[in-house]
Amino acid sequence: MRDNPLIALAIVFIPLSLLSIGGGPSILAGIQNAVEARAWMSERDFIDLFAIARAAPGPGVLLATLVGWKVAGIPGALVASLALFVPSSIVYYAIARQWSTHRGKDWHNALELGLAPVAAGLILAGSLVILRASGGDPLLWTIAAASTAILLWLPKLNPLWVLGAAGVVTVMVG
Amino acid sequence: MSSGVSTDTAAPARVSLLAILGVFAKIGVMSFGGALSGWMHREIVVRRRWMEEEDFLSGLALGQIMPGANVVNLSLYIGQRLRGGIGAVTALLGMLLPPMAIVLALGMLYERVAGILWLHRFIDGVAAAAIGLTILVGIKASRRVERRLGPVAILLLLFVTVGVLRWPMVPVVLCVTPASLLLAWLASERGDA
Repeated sequence: MRDNPLIALAIVFIPLSLLSIGGGPSILAGIQNAVEARAWMSERDFIDLFAIARAAPGPGVLLATLVGWKVAGIPGALVASLALFVPSSIVYYAIARQWSTHRGKDWHNALELGLAPVAAGLILAGSLVILRASGGDPLLWTIAAASTAILLWLPKLNPLWVLGAAGVVTVMVG
Repeated sequence: MSSGVSTDTAAPARVSLLAILGVFAKIGVMSFGGALSGWMHREIVVRRRWMEEEDFLSGLALGQIMPGANVVNLSLYIGQRLRGGIGAVTALLGMLLPPMAIVLALGMLYERVAGILWLHRFIDGVAAAAIGLTILVGIKASRRVERRLGPVAILLLLFVTVGVLRWPMVPVVLCVTPASLLLAWLASERGDA
């Protein structure tokens, strides 16, 4: 029972759901921690799933669905998805029901000021963790940096073009 | 409806659940490459006028700071505004189920072709660019951080412990977040904010 992969998925993703402050990218490091600590898959496979989740439609945290699937098939995908999406949704829904455009500005501001640095720090940390997990290939680090620069420069560009171009460049350079 | 707090905005005609499901499924499937909140704004506020601009932006701001994927939270918010709890669930399912099916199909397809070398390299490149996208999100999030010692120190502390030193994220966040909220509260009490 202790080794049941479905329970393990729930134990990993429920806390991450509640800590995904500022959105999905802030728990990338946490997902990578869990995958590595529990030896769920190779780093190579994890990076591949990360790429697939990011290139597919929908939020990037569908990575959780893919991790669940890799660990325990379709039941794993379902459990990981529920564990990731339901707890944060309950918390958010409870607050959104009370939320109105004209009320609560003060605590909104205090919450935003306190949570903004947590979100930013976690997202940047997650980027670094994933980048290291992708191996030391200088080409890939260059592509990551170039993609950031291009999208800073051309904010209206659909990122899918950048993802596709990066894939082509990597194949051609070899 | 007891939860209809937002009667101060002009209530549009009651939107059917099927219409909510349809719009969110469309947004979910069309949202290749991210930028889902932009799609939602266009479909919900501009094209269908289901919601006022101000109300939409308020929900977006709340969804960005609270736990949960931003677009998931925004879907819940819009669904709740339109039809209460059942509307929120409908919007969420419409938003998530089609992309979930697509991502699983891609995962299975990938497993079948995993032996092809050039495809491996292609995915490597896509992953590297996807990391670039995540860095961009991190830069945007950093711009919302106040330029004061406390918040900047919190940001750096998390980056170094979780990113550089690879300490486990969950306990670090459980310790640092209350401290950050306390700092923000103290700063606003003093009137610095």
